[in-house]
Amino acid sequence: MLRFIVRRLIQAIPTLFILSLLVFAWLRSLPGGPAAALLGERQTAESIARLNAAMGLDQPIYVQYIKFLGRIFTGDFGTSTVSGDPVMAEIRRSFPATIELGLCALILAVLFGIPFGYLAARRRGSFFDNATVISTLVGVAIPVFFLGFLLKYIFANQFRLLPPSGRYAVGAPDITGFATLDGLLTGDLAATSDALLHLVLPAAALATIPFAVIVRITRASVLDVMDEDFVRTAESKGLTTPVIRRRHVLRNALLPVATTIGLQTGLLLAGAVLTEKVFVWRGLGWLLATGIEQRDYPRLQALILLAAGVYVLVNLLVDISYAIIDPRVRVGR
Amino acid sequence: MPLLDVRDLSVVFKRKGTAPFTAVDNVSFAVEPGQTVGLVGESGSGKSVTSLAVMGLLPKRGAHVTGSVNFDGTELLSLSMKELRNRRGRDLGMVFQDPMSSLNPVITVGRQISEVLQRHRGQDRKEADAGAVAMLDQVGIPDPARRVGEYPHQLSGGMRQRALIAIALACRPRLLIADEPTTALDVTIQAQILKLLADLVRGTETAMIMITHDLGVVAGLCDEVNVMYGGKIVERAERHRLFAEPRHPYTHGLLRSIPRLDAPRGEKLVPIKGSVVDNIPWEGGCAFAPRCPNALQRCRQVMPELEPEDARHLRCHNPVQPAAVAEGRAER
Repeated sequence: MLRFIVRRLIQAIPTLFILSLLVFAWLRSLPGGPAAALLGERQTAESIARLNAAMGLDQPIYVQYIKFLGRIFTGDFGTSTVSGDPVMAEIRRSFPATIELGLCALILAVLFGIPFGYLAARRRGSFFDNATVISTLVGVAIPVFFLGFLLKYIFANQFRLLPPSGRYAVGAPDITGFATLDGLLTGDLAATSDALLHLVLPAAALATIPFAVIVRITRASVLDVMDEDFVRTAESKGLTTPVIRRRHVLRNALLPVATTIGLQTGLLLAGAVLTEKVFVWRGLGWLLATGIEQRDYPRLQALILLAAGVYVLVNLLVDISYAIIDPRVRVGR
Repeated sequence: MPLLDVRDLSVVFKRKGTAPFTAVDNVSFAVEPGQTVGLVGESGSGKSVTSLAVMGLLPKRGAHVTGSVNFDGTELLSLSMKELRNRRGRDLGMVFQDPMSSLNPVITVGRQISEVLQRHRGQDRKEADAGAVAMLDQVGIPDPARRVGEYPHQLSGGMRQRALIAIALACRPRLLIADEPTTALDVTIQAQILKLLADLVRGTETAMIMITHDLGVVAGLCDEVNVMYGGKIVERAERHRLFAEPRHPYTHGLLRSIPRLDAPRGEKLVPIKGSVVDNIPWEGGCAFAPRCPNALQRCRQVMPELEPEDARHLRCHNPVQPAAVAEGRAER
């Protein structure tokens, strides 16, 4: 098992390397180069040449790339042109907000998605099944920003049950950056519950698509597995229904679901941009959205690399969980 | 009293939008303790569906089962799901056709055996695990202590089938149903598996139903043979009698279509013409009539009944005469 993990880690290195190359190439391919992009409309040939020299852009391309890599490894992504702060500091500030939102959405999606999909499959053709299939179809199709505004309108504006935006109203002292954790750590339960209330709407909006996808995949997968010969073998042994369902059906059915969860986690980052914008949630998505609006290239470059890194990491975790569930992956080379 | 007494068993598949399909049509047979009974027929003859009906493994929706399956005084068809589950794996064991797909790929072989022991013997995990090792040893898997921890994909086809047999026999069932247990295996392995099954049931009270399309399997293993065609039994006889003197034209044809080593060089095999018709028209005649060399006018009008004749049961208006059988052999 350890060997498997190490092998997967080694396999992740070329992926990340290629990604860094792509981001690097992307920056160089901007019209007029990064200097022109930075200078914007007030550029002159002279000012571009000066900035190029200052940024080392007059050096050979491979030297530039090695320096670029070196800066990445030391965590130096330059300075944001919007805020004037180091990009790394910005990310560190916003990271917990997005993790909090994303994790919450993912937990909601998995916690409800798998049981719903499973029950729909068990009661195939029932009212519950049909209702689930149709509503998840709507869930997949509905745009996140629209759903966000809709939830906000119903639960915040009309019924005033939940706060419409932001991460907290009271706010505990900042320790970890996770609003819910900080409240707990300082013993300020009011702050924690306040932070949780603020989480409900954006997390629900962000969780909708992954939830719907997980439901559909789980349902299809369970239906497939229930028809397998080994389930009939399990029946022929006289095993009780809970054992057959847990040990023989669900375990096999979860294999494709694990892959789906991984893919959806990657997509959560994309969903977070819209969700954070709608709910004024100052996380990475917010950072990215404002970065795009303001053409903040250092910030965008860092966020793209970060997103890619997270995606690779998530898929690594999926592969490992896959190996835990499915022995064939572990032993098969 | 027979251990298993199947009376007038019928299975009709009904699906919305399609005509009902009769897969098993009033089948009756009995199995004595310690006896091995063969159900032989082509694909679609209803032999597998018969066994699944006995085990209660047919889908609840769509399959309509009627008749009686009496196991040692208990009517299996009227048992509740819970009562049936208490018997499956304990009194009734089943070995399936494809050992790869019939084993759970993500659970160790040992666990798939021990879970039966835990379920029916009330053993704890440790006892059951030890029992699994003993079972693997008994079905002839070398180094069983290591193999229990392995997954199905790590075993060869023959070993997987041995593991399936170990699962079916773990609780010493009184009836073992083997549904084409050798079909998915290499010829050399087939012989090993058949010998294993024979060794395991010989000298015990365990009765066995062997379902196969392979008359060679029947010849080596079964005490009594039921030949099925189109969901009905067409001939039933003791093994030697059936092979020496097949009376039903279908049985006769089956035997003539097998290559024999002692046949003269250059002799042609005689295949049975055509194939099993999809929805068998036993109403208004014999289902085999369209393919039968002996068919009379009557065969297309009146359905023959399964009737005792000459120490066997036969469903035919115009059976092959013993003399003709002898003649057929003389020609060879």
